[in-house]
Amino acid sequence: MFDVLSRMVHTGILTDASATDRLQQQIRSVLGRALCIRQVDAGSCNGCELEIHALNNPYYNLEGLGIKFVASPRHADLLLVTGPVSVNMEEALKRTYDAAPDPKLVVAVGDCGACGGIFGTSYATRGAVSNVIPVDHTVPGCPPSPQAILDGIFQVVRSQL
Amino acid sequence: MHMATTVLDRTRTLLAGNIAGERIAANAEEWVASATALHGAGARLLTLWGTDDRDRDRCFRIYAAWLHAAGLVVLEHAIEDRTHPTYPSLAELFPAAGRMERAVYDLLGIASTAPDRRGWLRHNGWPEDVFPLRRDFDATRQHAVQSLPYAYVEVEGDGVHEIAVGPVHAGIIEPGGFRFSVVGEKVLRLEERLGYTHKGVARRFQGMPQASGHKLAARLSGDSAVAFSWAWCAALESIAGVVCPPRAAALRGLALEHERLANHLGDLGALGNDAGFAFGLTQFSRLKEDLLRLNAEVFSARYLMDFVVPGGVAADLPRLASDRLYALYAHLELAAAELRSIYDEHAGVQDRFRETGRLDRDTAVRLGALGLAARASGIANDLRADHPWAPYDRLDAQSAGQNGGDVAARVQVRFDEIFESLRLCRMLLAELPEGPVRTAVDAAEPYGMGIGVIEGWRGPVAMVLETGPEGTIRRCHAHDASAQNWPLLEYAILGNLVPDFPLINKSFNLSYSGQDG
Repeated sequence: MFDVLSRMVHTGILTDASATDRLQQQIRSVLGRALCIRQVDAGSCNGCELEIHALNNPYYNLEGLGIKFVASPRHADLLLVTGPVSVNMEEALKRTYDAAPDPKLVVAVGDCGACGGIFGTSYATRGAVSNVIPVDHTVPGCPPSPQAILDGIFQVVRSQL
Repeated sequence: MHMATTVLDRTRTLLAGNIAGERIAANAEEWVASATALHGAGARLLTLWGTDDRDRDRCFRIYAAWLHAAGLVVLEHAIEDRTHPTYPSLAELFPAAGRMERAVYDLLGIASTAPDRRGWLRHNGWPEDVFPLRRDFDATRQHAVQSLPYAYVEVEGDGVHEIAVGPVHAGIIEPGGFRFSVVGEKVLRLEERLGYTHKGVARRFQGMPQASGHKLAARLSGDSAVAFSWAWCAALESIAGVVCPPRAAALRGLALEHERLANHLGDLGALGNDAGFAFGLTQFSRLKEDLLRLNAEVFSARYLMDFVVPGGVAADLPRLASDRLYALYAHLELAAAELRSIYDEHAGVQDRFRETGRLDRDTAVRLGALGLAARASGIANDLRADHPWAPYDRLDAQSAGQNGGDVAARVQVRFDEIFESLRLCRMLLAELPEGPVRTAVDAAEPYGMGIGVIEGWRGPVAMVLETGPEGTIRRCHAHDASAQNWPLLEYAILGNLVPDFPLINKSFNLSYSGQDG
């Protein structure tokens, strides 16, 4: 136990408050509460997922901002979708979208989610997320940095003001 | 090796690639006889794939590659029946071949003799008489998805019920289907259904310029981008007869070890979290972020998707990068050692890790386990140690090994590999050769075949490349060790509690995208 406490003290607080405070205020003023995100991998290479995971590390501390990833689309304000949308995930993505309550904000993450990326459209992929469900905002990058994903969430929340 | 009486002694040709290999032509009988001999000799199936060569010599071909003590063996069987192409299944000998054979059928319409004919990559997203890798396939067409249920194997008995999970999971995870048959909380059977992230990569490769194939290779499984792009480049370079400059080889090694470190750090944090120890996630995800941020400085990207390029690497290290890297290694080593003792001594964490998700050695051998998961079940295997290619041929990489086969063992292997990777990184930096970091690779001759096999952080990844005319790719088959290792999870979970599944699954952390292709 002493080791754990000592390591915590030694590590200190790493979160970059200047980058995140503004986002927190926006979310509060728009939603008046926490922002709940359901992440949907609709066929990605898992690169984008790695950077979405990074949002929960102590540098970005997304949960500390009142943004949390939820286990069900029924609890979600926003869907964070990575692509390209594979044909095998098309139905699951549509169903997830249908299950989310309004306002159903959708952010397509990564080059593949934004435009199909290197995979494009084919017998196996539908390409961009917007080819399958309505999209409010895209975050290009391969993969986009956590900061870029945060900015994307910020943009779409602000657009609701 | 007791293969003296078989076809393995005949008609062999050298195989181009980064590790020694041979290619052997076989008829249907020899296909089975050779596979049996390889099985008897303890060879492990690396991958299995097919080709449509009707445009060249009027036949389909099925190939299989094995790893054994002397290197790689590839069997090649030409199938002359073009109307109903069939070949003998290898799944009885090598269980992992079963799903690979189903995938070959879905893409090429070449059937094995195995009884399981359910689609593996095809989830009714294209018609059953359409085969995307056939030369006469119309690549411009898209098809509507037909929603049909999948025939999971049903388990019957008193009190047995099913839990269906996926394809969308409760977390930031790739999609896949899991069907648990349980009594109370105990798992009687788990059946996986994968293929949800199938992106038609093999078809996408076809006709692509050789000069850009590495970009697609890197995106087979984003967490193994360096391993896949290196394997691809190794295949191309071996066909083109190009030797990567020594400095570039060393930088590739550095990038591959950084990839291993990043994934192991991330997994160790997630495993702590799944055992209810959020402190572990905070600490390890911080260390991973420190590594990624330095990657951005010295390799110009957090994730090295486009660092390995044909003939070398995209850029040299910037000036003074070494000092920053050495400082990072010291920081990671100190922190990982401290966190390891915290994990080891934490009663709650150890209670969750030990004896959970145990995969015994015999089962692992029978199923053909590869890479990290095999090393945790007492099977020594690591290409960096067993068949070292440049720069590993001068590093004396040590393979990690544990015998427990449980979550705790897979955690320990990751810790051991972090320290070994840090040692390798320091060696690579200290002895970094001078010279260029890239050499030109001209378009390779058509109809050459090469295989790149690289020990990624999960296990070996393989890229089989066949060149086409005018600098194009004729056929490219990608393989991730996840294909072999997914079935291990179905065994490791048996008798465990459903709530331990996320922890056990994480301890393998297999790639969906890598297996789906």
